[in-house]
Amino acid sequence: MSEQLSGAEIILKALVDQGVDVIFGYPGGAVLPLYDALFKQNRIRHVLCRHEQGAVHMAEGYARSTGKVGVVLVTSGPGATNAVTGLTDALMDSVPVVCLTGQVPTFLIGNDAFQEADTTGITRQCTKHNYLVKDSDKLARTIHEAFLVAATGRPGPVVVDLPKDILMGKAPYIPASRVKHRSYKPQVKADIKAIEQAVELMGKAQRPVFYIGGGVVNSGPNACKLLTSFVRSTGFPITSTLMGLGAYPASDQQFLGMLGMHGTYEANMTMHDCDLMICIGARFDDRVTGRLDAFAPGSKKIHVDIDPSSINKNVAVDVPIVGDVAHVIEDMIRVWKAKQVRPAQKAIAAWWSTIDGWKARNCLAYKATDSTIKPQQAIQRLYALAKDRDTYITTEVGQHQMWAAQFYKFEEPNRWMTSGGLGTMGYGLPAALGVQVAHPDSLVVDISGEASFMMNMQEMGTAAQYRLPIKVMILNNQYMGMVRQWQELLHGSRYSESYSDALPDFVKLADSFGWLGLTVDSPADLDSAIQTMIDSDKPVLLDVHVDPSENCYPMIPSGAAHNHMLMGPEDGAGAGVSDHGMVLV
Amino acid sequence: MMTQQDIRTHTIAVLVDNEAGVLARVIGLFSGRGYNIESLTVAEVDTAEHLSRITLVTSGTPMVIEQIKAQLGRLVPVRMVADLTVEGPAVSRELALLKVVGTGEKRVESLRIADIFRANVVDSTNESFVFEIVGKTDKLDAFIKLMEPLGLAEISRTGVAAIARGKDPLL
Repeated sequence: MSEQLSGAEIILKALVDQGVDVIFGYPGGAVLPLYDALFKQNRIRHVLCRHEQGAVHMAEGYARSTGKVGVVLVTSGPGATNAVTGLTDALMDSVPVVCLTGQVPTFLIGNDAFQEADTTGITRQCTKHNYLVKDSDKLARTIHEAFLVAATGRPGPVVVDLPKDILMGKAPYIPASRVKHRSYKPQVKADIKAIEQAVELMGKAQRPVFYIGGGVVNSGPNACKLLTSFVRSTGFPITSTLMGLGAYPASDQQFLGMLGMHGTYEANMTMHDCDLMICIGARFDDRVTGRLDAFAPGSKKIHVDIDPSSINKNVAVDVPIVGDVAHVIEDMIRVWKAKQVRPAQKAIAAWWSTIDGWKARNCLAYKATDSTIKPQQAIQRLYALAKDRDTYITTEVGQHQMWAAQFYKFEEPNRWMTSGGLGTMGYGLPAALGVQVAHPDSLVVDISGEASFMMNMQEMGTAAQYRLPIKVMILNNQYMGMVRQWQELLHGSRYSESYSDALPDFVKLADSFGWLGLTVDSPADLDSAIQTMIDSDKPVLLDVHVDPSENCYPMIPSGAAHNHMLMGPEDGAGAGVSDHGMVLV
Repeated sequence: MMTQQDIRTHTIAVLVDNEAGVLARVIGLFSGRGYNIESLTVAEVDTAEHLSRITLVTSGTPMVIEQIKAQLGRLVPVRMVADLTVEGPAVSRELALLKVVGTGEKRVESLRIADIFRANVVDSTNESFVFEIVGKTDKLDAFIKLMEPLGLAEISRTGVAAIARGKDPLL
């Protein structure tokens, strides 16, 4: 008979076994036994959030900046329901998170007990998988399985719902090495025939383009290295989704910048006119494709993805390759070398001269002035002043997020944390805290908007408590900027409810939490304000007053094709938006 | 663009670990992604292995059907997904119980038709029958249609169970 441990002890032992060093959470009645066990040990650190949504975003920030699984611990009922937005965010962006939720004791489940919610029912659609543990003997196995499912294949959030009697009941511990899953076996190695076919197409391509996404980052730093060396050896242009930024060095000459709704002109035109698209770890999201029936009309498409359901979902492809990016590129490089493939040099050179013509449009240009700070300028200056440091960037959601994606250059993966799929305002501040926990000596900056910031600003308390010196740079335009931009373009400039009224004095707010608060409204003072922010050893809130009317360009209007971009305000409000486009988000 | 003609009905067999919530996952997948379910049956088929078999009848364009299979395959407790409509010939059967209420000539006529369809009488009173009929879905549909004017009062159908022809098992 092996040693009997309490459920709470089993969980902590399993977490240690899984290499967990920190969990983000908030206590409550149903998880008290687990918090008691936490109190009695010192292997795992606990970071107390101020709201459970914040805890999940912290775990996401931790996970995305380290490649490890982020762990969350919340109580039953409202603890679990508050976590739902974070879980959905992690699902949409394929972030490995294990979320432990308290539950009323098994004998009370279904009785509408105090702080009872049907957590597995509620989270079934917003997790990769979830479990309700009803038997202490299955507890250790379930925790190990949860980590396996969260971290492997296409990563995602997993919920383990833990009734209080299970936390207190006794059972033997089972080590991770003894847990095998019966049905879950994601495919990492791809069909070599498909890879040969892909390489053959690449050898013949006249106007190829690599289109990469967050799957490359998720596959790990080695996948990014392999991709970079492979892309360089082909000489093909490469563009990235919002989620893939950093997987390929932004300063590289072959990199065209981000594609999609607010991507660069050259990236979108290259996609539209290509004859071969090599999509790696991206999912043909509607922000990327624009109008589907006019999406890269003359192209053959290769699609590498670890998730078979991502292939042929929105766009039919010619060569589907199911597998892990690192494995696939390794094989591609091998086949490329073995077959001694030589790209069509002349055609590729002509292709580059066409692309250089598009680049010459200088699509990200904006008009700086002496009187008002332009939001783009603030990000450019932040980049200039922070790029030589060990820096991580998170964002909220909206215009500032798109400007950050356009103007901040990422040379490495895992440096850029943003809510792409779900578009969760309030993501960036807690995510920055999770990043800072994982990288205590690094510079972590949340590029924020004043409206998004207010959605999770309670986490300022978390930063103060754990002395996490994150920097929040608010591009304050006193509007929900992206909402205002769409109202301007599509709804006759009727700015319905998009004005940020009754804003706090951000300097006083920062001060009240023990942060350093700064404000700047003149371009002449911008650099010194940013410098003060990044030099401080405290958490800093920098309120940058920017031009309130600036819009984010270039832009593919809803329902339009890649080659119908609005380049700036001169292209006119509502230009190119069809009735069909009006209903799109 | 896809037209209505591209929409086809497929019978899909799914072998799943028989654990709590697995059916909810499958149904939630269909409702969440807007797929059709025309019929769904589920029962444990291997008690020792805790394996259940779900038979789904759904319809869609080839791209949607492929998507449905990939999405099903992605569910953690799913062991195997097989499209019985495209992976060789298969037999499919459904069972229905029909309550037909009536007297006189209508009652006699219902019995006569039941005989033609090889339906069994499993319950009888002076003014009602309960018929049991087994067959393909369209056979059941035809039988039900004929019973409608003869006092059809209630129907219970199992949904489709299906299996591939030949000697090879699915798993």
